[in-house]
Amino acid sequence: MIDIKNLRASVDDKEILKGLNLKIGKGEVHAIMGPNGSGKSTLSYVLSGKEGYNVSGEIQFNKKNLLELNAEERAREGIFLAFQYPIEIPGVFTNNFLRTSLNSVRKANGKVELNAIDFLKIIKEKAKELNIGEEMLLRPLNVGFSGGEKKRNEILQMSLLEPSFVVMDETDSGLDIDALKIVSNGVNSLRDPERSFLIITHYQRLLNYIKPDFVHVLSEGKIVKTGDWKLALDLEDQGYGQFIN
Amino acid sequence: MSNGQEFIKNYKQGSDYAHGFVTDIETIDVPKGLSKEVVHFISKQKKEPQWMLNWRLKAFDRLQSMKEPDWQKPKYPKINYQDLYYYSAPKSLTDQPKSLDDIDPEIRKTYEKLGIPLLEQKKLAGIAVDAVFDSVSVATTFKDKLNEIGVIFCSISEATREHPELVQKYLGSVIPMSDHFFATLNSAVFTDGSFVYIPPGVRCPMELSTYFRINASNTGQFERTLIIADKGSYVSYLEGCTAPMRDENQLHAANVELVALDDAEIKYSTVQNWYPGDKEGNGGIYNFVTKRGACRGKNSKISWTQVETGSAITWKYPSCILQGDNSQGEFYSVAITNNYQKADTGTKMIHLGKNTRSKIISKGISAGHADNTYRGLVSIHPKATGAKNYTQCDSLLVGNKCGAHTIPYIENKNSTSEIEHEATTSKISDDQLFYCRQRGLNQEESVSLIVNGFCKEVLQQLPMEFAVEAQKLVGISLEGSVG
Repeated sequence: MIDIKNLRASVDDKEILKGLNLKIGKGEVHAIMGPNGSGKSTLSYVLSGKEGYNVSGEIQFNKKNLLELNAEERAREGIFLAFQYPIEIPGVFTNNFLRTSLNSVRKANGKVELNAIDFLKIIKEKAKELNIGEEMLLRPLNVGFSGGEKKRNEILQMSLLEPSFVVMDETDSGLDIDALKIVSNGVNSLRDPERSFLIITHYQRLLNYIKPDFVHVLSEGKIVKTGDWKLALDLEDQGYGQFIN
Repeated sequence: MSNGQEFIKNYKQGSDYAHGFVTDIETIDVPKGLSKEVVHFISKQKKEPQWMLNWRLKAFDRLQSMKEPDWQKPKYPKINYQDLYYYSAPKSLTDQPKSLDDIDPEIRKTYEKLGIPLLEQKKLAGIAVDAVFDSVSVATTFKDKLNEIGVIFCSISEATREHPELVQKYLGSVIPMSDHFFATLNSAVFTDGSFVYIPPGVRCPMELSTYFRINASNTGQFERTLIIADKGSYVSYLEGCTAPMRDENQLHAANVELVALDDAEIKYSTVQNWYPGDKEGNGGIYNFVTKRGACRGKNSKISWTQVETGSAITWKYPSCILQGDNSQGEFYSVAITNNYQKADTGTKMIHLGKNTRSKIISKGISAGHADNTYRGLVSIHPKATGAKNYTQCDSLLVGNKCGAHTIPYIENKNSTSEIEHEATTSKISDDQLFYCRQRGLNQEESVSLIVNGFCKEVLQQLPMEFAVEAQKLVGISLEGSVG
């Protein structure tokens, strides 16, 4: 699905990713854990095509060179980033945004665009699964949303766009235990042999709910250790110190 | 919905100005320059009564001692008023066409290209249109149907002949003849525009609209519009404007007067998309317009909504004189400037009567090298007990070479009044753009979405049929502004 080789990324001459290698197969769930400043968020931005990074190395995604695509092209290819801090857009109703987004992706993939009525049917159903009230869809995107609402809204968008590769950037941060369960259930229900996940997190807590196939430790811009989900338990016990010089 | 789409669909035909074409027709023009002879000529062409000519001549005389104002922020090279044409009309209209089907096919095609069919069988349902081409009104649709309920909707030229008592009573009663240089210039040489009268108690059943088109080169367009809503009546009126792409700047100096009597309401919407000039700032329309409404009766209401996306320079302050007790004035504005466009626009709310209320919502968007100024006056007079005003001015910057300015003037002479003013300035952030793009929207769609969200409160005020299309226009005006 995705093959990252010797990925380097810097901002203003400061190198953040320093030769990262990672291969994620179809249907696999990988978790990346690491201390603050290890490059976790940068990795999520570089994968999803945010501008402002000087990037070298290789990212193959379904046999395409991802680094040649801009952010929207990657989104249309099926890459989805669940933001750590979802962005507020005043005056733009959430359901309007979601429909515009869905139709952009559908159009790029040669599917017919959905009209308002068909869209509403789909979105209402999906919102219900995530315990999202319809009134939330009528509010401006993420404006005045609580932390939990913002994260649930991210998962809603994920379930709507049906991406093939999902990057979750600290989706668990700021969630109480109930919201964490809702979000995890949402993610688990989207697990699919055709869909891969890269879950970025500080804490092992989320991985109790979403069980990864692999866990990687990211430190100073490189993956320094790879294991199965038990590695996460180790980390919770002993901290990152053991992997960092 | 389809009516509005047809009406404004020309706006979405790509990133370049879509109505920049020129119609090739024979015209009657006066010699260049401003003179008494020209005033006589215009009046004669319009077959005006003597009193109208006298009124124009009086304005012409007053103009001689007046100076062009220069306090505005956008400066422009001096206009040589002797180098302009003050009248240009298609020759085929010398004899008024008897029916809409008799209109010169070339002119008809022009309006069809602009999305405004004038032929009887193709007319827009539910919207009556007055089409003004350079200096003359070429057609007014649904006239007879409106006549049946007593609504008069015709060109101002026709009104001076057919309804002299109304024109004489109200013309210049809101914008005095010698109000300022451009108003006076307009009073002397105004060419055409619309006249609307809604009789007492009538709720006008359809949207009335005027579509202004400048075609001839080196020609000033001096529109004059007068709308009177008699006691207890209601009317919603919309104007649209386009012009060909030309290298020189062209002047559009309109006067629009609204009068609302007791319990009457006028809703006036503008979608202004005059040619803005090219990307380097060459050419484009100077849109120097005086728009003023008088809430003359008690409980009357005037609401201005403007979406200003075109013109090289937009300089206008649609205002309300709140004379009647409990009267209300509203001003909703979106002004978008891109490339080298400039705008200095806002409103004046003059509170004279008791318990008068006003609301100002202004959204200014600057992109490219553009400069956008909100300038507004809220004035509460000593007798305006219990007056209230709420003002909200928001500016949005796209890129880092543009400017936004807010200049609110507040004069309060009554201690019982309440005045609120809020202002914000923000930028479209890279994070917002990235978020949208991560969800599959391209750069331009993202900008359009964010800006439309920013303008939402104002766009909602437009008649339903036009709101959707105006949203698209907002996006198109900003194409190429980011990246």
